[in-house]
Amino acid sequence: MGLSKKISLFEGEKGNIIKITDLNIDGIMRRRLLDLGFVPGAYVEVLRKSPLGDPVAFRVSNTSIALRKEESHKILGELV
Amino acid sequence: MSNFRIALCGNPNTGKSTLFNALTGLKQHTGNWAGKTVEMKKGVYTYKNDQYEIVDLPGTYSLYSNSLDEEIARDFIVFGNPDITIVILDATALERNLNLALQVLEMTNRVIICINLIDEAEKLGININEKLLMRRLGVPVIKISARNKTGIPMLLDTVSRVISGVIQCTPFQIEYDEETERKIKILEPMIDRIVGHDISARWLSLRLLDGDRQLFEQIEERKARNREVLINGATFHKTKTGIK
Amino acid sequence: MELHSTKQKQALNELFQEADLLSSTQIRDQIVGQLYRKSHQLVKEGVSFTKNKFDHRTEKLDAIFTSPVFGFPIMLVMLGVVFYLTIAGANIPSSMLAELFGWVEGYLTLFFTELNAPDWLHGVLVLGLYRGTSWVISVMLPPMAIFFPTFALLENYGYLPRVAFNMDRLFKTVGAHGKQSLTMAMGFGCNAAAIMSSRIIESPRERMLAILTNNFVPCNGRWGTLIVLASLFMATGFTGGMKTIVTTSVIVGIVLFGIIITFLVSWVLSKTALKGVPTHYTLELPPYRKPKFFDTVIRSSLNKSWSVLVRAVKVAAPAGILTWILANIQAGDSSILLHIVQFLDPLGQAIGLDGFILMAFLIGLPANEIVLPILLMGYLSTGALIDVDGIEDLKKIFIDQGWTWLTALNMMLFSLLHYPCGTTLVNIYKETKSAKWTFWSFIIPTGIAFFVTFLIAQLARILNWV
Repeated sequence: MGLSKKISLFEGEKGNIIKITDLNIDGIMRRRLLDLGFVPGAYVEVLRKSPLGDPVAFRVSNTSIALRKEESHKILGELV
Repeated sequence: MSNFRIALCGNPNTGKSTLFNALTGLKQHTGNWAGKTVEMKKGVYTYKNDQYEIVDLPGTYSLYSNSLDEEIARDFIVFGNPDITIVILDATALERNLNLALQVLEMTNRVIICINLIDEAEKLGININEKLLMRRLGVPVIKISARNKTGIPMLLDTVSRVISGVIQCTPFQIEYDEETERKIKILEPMIDRIVGHDISARWLSLRLLDGDRQLFEQIEERKARNREVLINGATFHKTKTGIK
Repeated sequence: MELHSTKQKQALNELFQEADLLSSTQIRDQIVGQLYRKSHQLVKEGVSFTKNKFDHRTEKLDAIFTSPVFGFPIMLVMLGVVFYLTIAGANIPSSMLAELFGWVEGYLTLFFTELNAPDWLHGVLVLGLYRGTSWVISVMLPPMAIFFPTFALLENYGYLPRVAFNMDRLFKTVGAHGKQSLTMAMGFGCNAAAIMSSRIIESPRERMLAILTNNFVPCNGRWGTLIVLASLFMATGFTGGMKTIVTTSVIVGIVLFGIIITFLVSWVLSKTALKGVPTHYTLELPPYRKPKFFDTVIRSSLNKSWSVLVRAVKVAAPAGILTWILANIQAGDSSILLHIVQFLDPLGQAIGLDGFILMAFLIGLPANEIVLPILLMGYLSTGALIDVDGIEDLKKIFIDQGWTWLTALNMMLFSLLHYPCGTTLVNIYKETKSAKWTFWSFIIPTGIAFFVTFLIAQLARILNWV
């Protein structure tokens, strides 16, 4: 897998599955994301955008979690 | 007839309240705990002549005290002297839910893991081998559907047998990377000396490595309060809210 | 003891120092990562899937409820339906309860006459305590008994998180949190409870916004006022089902106005006193699950409706007595009540209301439920005693006191916007632990309430609409 395939969760299209590689967020939000299963190595599916385009819902650990653009564009991964 | 106390914890949306309602019926009230202004739902049920008080803790994703709710839940499990802690898991999202269960196993000895929404899971074609999970985790694992009230008799029986000691729990402890384990080994004896054996020193070491000083300050505070009670001769028993 | 604790502190400090040396910033990642690897392994070993593991029903429903086209209209319709059910359903039981209490009151009065009880005793107990309390019950109980269960059903079904999902973008624009829509929804039932529920918002800044603006959602205690006034003054000329629909539309309009104010206030606050970047947004969208119908209905009626009602009655009883006493103790040429009313009247008139209405809102501080009953007791204590049999008789009382559509509209708006009730203020203090913010949570709405009603009253008068 080359670097070219690395995208942020926010850039993912509906139906994409992304394997998380980096979490470029610190502090409590990072802890919260970890608790929810956004850990490096986890597979995340892009589920749907909300009617106004943001937030976006993702499937992680078989649950749907919505994240805002501010966070989801800082979570990077490889398109699977 | 004895009185026992059960803590009920779990992720949000796992049917925790449904189980709480199924167990206690309408015998519920909200009450404060340990002088905090936080309200928690409490309920009572009787089983084989014993009375059980269940405390419905706020639904949380973890017990690392990132938020007020998480702190409340954690504090109750550690300081609230529950005779048993039931962790309720959503059968359809077991992976994330187990994450919380593993944390609880590090904190306390007497734990029952309750896999709820088993009917939903079956509909979705999810089969759970609870016997295997039980062996791996070292505590009872029970499949229930709080909605349909299946598995509840089994749960009640297990609760009473764990409390009476018929079932022994040996909660699984996660092994971390060598580096972290080495650090735990250094801190554990120090913590043992200061805090005593009432709270798992391994867990406290982990919390401290994670930077949670507030927890230790709280332990000291509670200890000081207990000592005062002893010195003033108000009672020679430790208070219910004190350290086990 | 002193010695012991210093030694203890020293040991603790040593421990902290040691831990600081050992700790690293990656430790949390490692811990949680390890937990997840273990969970993953356990699931791999202990769980097998015989079907495609995805829950397609939830997917399909989400495609509708959070659709760019239908998402918002469905929310609006849901809001309307809940209100319609509440208003239409509450109508008949409300008037039946009122009739029942009226009938009992007749016998109570008879009983007091039989005993030759003094007039003041009958006044305090029957006209004050009994009337105030029975009013609150008959106006409040039916809508509550419908609203809370309906709301609980939507909540248990899993629809509410979708509202937070759809609305978040709007909340983000004003610097608030999408979950604020959930605390607002809770506020329709009871603002005091909603303040407690604001804990679901993890970041302190957004949580404070949710607390400070929650009052702009009309709680159940104000619904009675809104419903009665809307159906009496706004839906005139309509009958039957149409009347209910018009009343509902007016209430939905009022609610939307409250939401607009919420956004405005949130926006201004997050640009000024509560500056900061919107943070910490995660929202779980749980699968839709059919709620246990009867269990949910019975539980929410018993727990929520009952406790709110008990609280209202506890406040209504002494307030009823107080009002009667104020209205019947003479000071100089008129009663104390009238003195207060006369004092408040100029201010009331300036905002399209009158002294009685302001007095009712003042006495109603502990609970909004009692504002309308107190207003009626105030009005009735002045003129001839009219026997209030139905809701239409109320209109006669109001008209006699010089009410117009403007009075009704402004009273509705004032009710929507004014200071939170006593219980809510107490909860705000408990949750924020700040006297300053509790004070602001009182001042901001009150200021807006006076400003808006003043503006409308002046405008209506200048343009000769009244």
